[in-house]
Amino acid sequence: MQAGARLGFVLLLTPLLLWLTLLIIIPHIDMLLLSLRERVGVGQYASSPANYLAFFGEPLYLRTFMRTAVMSVLATVITLLIAFPVSFYIAKIAKGRVQSSLFLLCLVPFWVSELVRTFGWMILLRETGLISTLLQNLGLVSGPVEMLYNDAAMMVGLVYTSMLFMVVPLVTTLESLDDAVIEAGYDLGGSGFSVLREIIIPHATPGIVSGSIVVFMLSLGNYLTPTMLGGKDSLWFTELIYSQFIVRFNWELGAAFGFMLLILSSVIVWGMLRVTGQTLEKTMG
Amino acid sequence: MIPSMPQPRAYRIIYTGYIVMFFIYLGLPLAVVAVFAFNDSQFPSLPWEGFTWNWFFGDARPQIGAFHERPILRAIGTSAFVGLCVSALSLAVGTSNAFLFNRYQFRGRGLLYVLMLLPLVIPGIVLGISILVFSSTVANAAWDVANLDITALRPGLVLVVLGQFSFITTIATLVIAARLQKFDRTLEEAALNLGADRLTAIRTITLPYLMPAMIGAFVVAFLMSFENFNTTLMLVGSDAPLTIAMFDRLKEGSTPLLNAVSLLLMLGSSCLALVMIAFQRKP
Repeated sequence: MQAGARLGFVLLLTPLLLWLTLLIIIPHIDMLLLSLRERVGVGQYASSPANYLAFFGEPLYLRTFMRTAVMSVLATVITLLIAFPVSFYIAKIAKGRVQSSLFLLCLVPFWVSELVRTFGWMILLRETGLISTLLQNLGLVSGPVEMLYNDAAMMVGLVYTSMLFMVVPLVTTLESLDDAVIEAGYDLGGSGFSVLREIIIPHATPGIVSGSIVVFMLSLGNYLTPTMLGGKDSLWFTELIYSQFIVRFNWELGAAFGFMLLILSSVIVWGMLRVTGQTLEKTMG
Repeated sequence: MIPSMPQPRAYRIIYTGYIVMFFIYLGLPLAVVAVFAFNDSQFPSLPWEGFTWNWFFGDARPQIGAFHERPILRAIGTSAFVGLCVSALSLAVGTSNAFLFNRYQFRGRGLLYVLMLLPLVIPGIVLGISILVFSSTVANAAWDVANLDITALRPGLVLVVLGQFSFITTIATLVIAARLQKFDRTLEEAALNLGADRLTAIRTITLPYLMPAMIGAFVVAFLMSFENFNTTLMLVGSDAPLTIAMFDRLKEGSTPLLNAVSLLLMLGSSCLALVMIAFQRKP
C-alpha cells in the first residue's frame, strides 16, 4: 500500500476499533469478570462462581429465564405467521401505488416510540378500556372485564412491537422472487400448498431468518411490554436484571443474569443460522 | 396465489379481509392514543366527556397541557439533545466504517465485519449494563488511583449517548454501506484523471452521491435514539429523556396529557419521515 492509502486506512480503522473495543468488547469482558466474583467482606471480593450457582439454584430465576426464552420463541413464531401473508400480499399481489402505500402504512406505527404503542394497548385492554366498554354496551358481558396484566395481553404487545422487523425483510426477499417461477410451479402440476412449500418458502428463507432473529432479540430483551402489559405472574428476565442492578444494587448477580441472557440469545441466534444454513453477514449485512 | 393465477372468489375475499384486519390491528392502538388526547376528562378512557384542547394548551390545574408542563418539555429537550449527539456520532463513524469495508481488503476484515454486526444481536439491556459496569470500573479506578471523580462516567447523559451510539452505529454503517456499494468507482477515477486529488474526488463526487443515505442514516439514528428505552433505562441519571419520563408517569397512572405528548411525538416523527422520503426521491 502507498503511504497515502496506508494513512487513510489507519484513519478509517481507528474509529471502528475504538467503538468496538471500548463500547462492545471490553465492557462485556468486564461484565463477565464482575459476574465471576463474590463479595466476601466490605470492599473485598473473591472470584467464585457463586452468582451462577445462585442463578441455577433459585427456581424463580431459572423459571423466569426459561419462560422468557419460550415466550420469546412463541412471539417470534406468531409474528412470522401473521406477517407472512401480509408480506406476500404487499410483495406479490398489491401493485403500484397500493403496494408502496401499504408498505409505508406498515412502517408508520414504528416511527413512534414503543412506549406510545404500549400505552395504546393499555387504553384498549384495561378494565375501563375501550374493548371492555364496547363489550358491555353490546351486552356480551355484564361487568367490566380486565384484559390487561396477563400473558395474552403481553403477547399481543410483543407481536405488535416487533411486527415491522418481520414484514420488512419478508417483503424484500419476496419481491425478488420472479412471478414466472411461481407460475412454473403451477404449470408443473403443483398445488398452492406445494408451491408455497417448495418455491416460496425456500426463496424467502433469508428474510424469514433475519426477521426471526431480530424479532426474537427484541422480544427477549424487551422490558417495557412485559412490565406494562404483563401480570404479576408474567415476570420477564429483563425485569430481574433491572431489579438486581437498580433496586437491589447487587451488580454481581445482575451481571451474571445479563451474561446468561447474552448466552441464551447467542445460542438461539446461532442455532437458527445453523439450521437454515445462513450466516450473520448474509442475513444482517 | 398471485394475480396471474385464477383463485376462488372466497379465497380472495378471505385474504383481503385478513389484510384489512391486519391494518386495523396496526392502527388501532395509535388511533385511540390520538383520540383520547382530546378527551375532557382526567382519564384517557371512556366515557367521552367532550372535546378539548386543554391537554395541549391548558395552563391551569387540573388540566395542564403539554406545552405548559415543564418536566415534559425539559425531557423533550433532553431527548432531542441526546438524539442529535447520537446521530452525529454514529453518522461520522458509520461513514468511516462504510468506506473502510468498501475500499480496503485486509487481514481480519471478515472478523471485523461480524464484530461490527454484533451489536444488533446483543439485547439492548445487556449493552446498557455492560457499559454501566465498565464505566464505573474506570471511574472507580480513577478515584482510587488519583482521587479523581469523573462524573461523566457515572449514569447520566454521556453514558446514555454512548450506550445508544454503541448499537445505532451498526445501523448507520449498514445504511451507508448499502449505497456506497452501488457507487460506480469509475466516476471517482474520472475525477482523479481530471487532476483532482483523492480527497477532492471523494468530497465532490462520492459524498454527494452518498448524501441521501447519510441523511437517511441521520434521521433513522435520531428516531431510534429518541424512542430507545432499554439501553437508556440502565444508563440514565437525573436528566430523564422523554421515554423514561413518560414511563415514570405511566407507572403512576395516566392522564390525557400523555396522549397529547404521544400525539405530538407521532406528528414529529411523521414529519421527519416525510423529510427523509423527500430527500430519497431526489436522484
